[in-house]
Amino acid sequence: MVQWTDFERATIQSVFEKMDYDDVGPAALSRCLVVYPWTQRYFGNFGNLYNAAAIQGNPMVAAHGKTVLHGLDRAVKNMDDIKATYAELSVLHSEKLRVDPDNFRLLADCLTIVVAARMGAAFTADVQRAFQKFLAVVVSSLGKQYH
Amino acid sequence: MTLTAKDKKMVKAFWAKVAGKAEDIGCDALSRMLVVYPQTKTYFSHWKDLSPGSAPVRKHGGTIMGGISLAVASIDDISAGLLSLSELHAFQLRVDPANFKILSHNILVVLAVLFPNDFNPEAHVAMDKFLAAVGRALSEKYR
Repeated sequence: MVQWTDFERATIQSVFEKMDYDDVGPAALSRCLVVYPWTQRYFGNFGNLYNAAAIQGNPMVAAHGKTVLHGLDRAVKNMDDIKATYAELSVLHSEKLRVDPDNFRLLADCLTIVVAARMGAAFTADVQRAFQKFLAVVVSSLGKQYH
Repeated sequence: MTLTAKDKKMVKAFWAKVAGKAEDIGCDALSRMLVVYPQTKTYFSHWKDLSPGSAPVRKHGGTIMGGISLAVASIDDISAGLLSLSELHAFQLRVDPANFKILSHNILVVLAVLFPNDFNPEAHVAMDKFLAAVGRALSEKYR
């Protein structure tokens, strides 16, 4: 089981409480599709993804970005057993969605960049460490049921 | 994943905007790296103070940004431009090349913190590709 310090717990709750999901979700997913264009392979039916402007203006990308970000809520509420919390989602991503789990790491990196941009100086090195540790646990849990 | 003409143009334009804060960027990126990836501290056991923003961290952050500046200026042939730095890293420093990715990530985080509006997705992808190219150039002489 992952050990969390009081600082880490408080930091994760605080970062997500203050987060504007409607802004951060779409921003993170669209950034991922621009910075790592091969991730577009999973969104063939999303319409126009031809360039950065199209991606950032695409309503299906925006909607899906919000969905994915809200998917993190469960981990934020169950930090002591993220692995069990995500077992079902891991199976879904493996067997139905067939997403290469390396993509979770790519999206996590983009989310880190977006949160850093929104929080500015408040995104200190210690906050960054806690946030990246949290995302690493999420990423690992989502990949656990692949076989 | 070579740098296209568009990437080079974007890197030069973005660098022109941020170069004024190069020392701050280097200091913050290095500070974050030492905190978020503590295994990187193993390369700096000879420093008295590894805390964020300390004098050796600030000085070395500036040195690193000097190298990045050189790479921007040599963007049409980064390997040639960074030849002596490449030899330094290969034969003397022998920094494990995995750490170039780690430092690059932290540079990108600092760019997001300091330039939230300019560091848009297009600037991000160009800088990410550029820093990866710098890492490759620095690793060239390793073996």
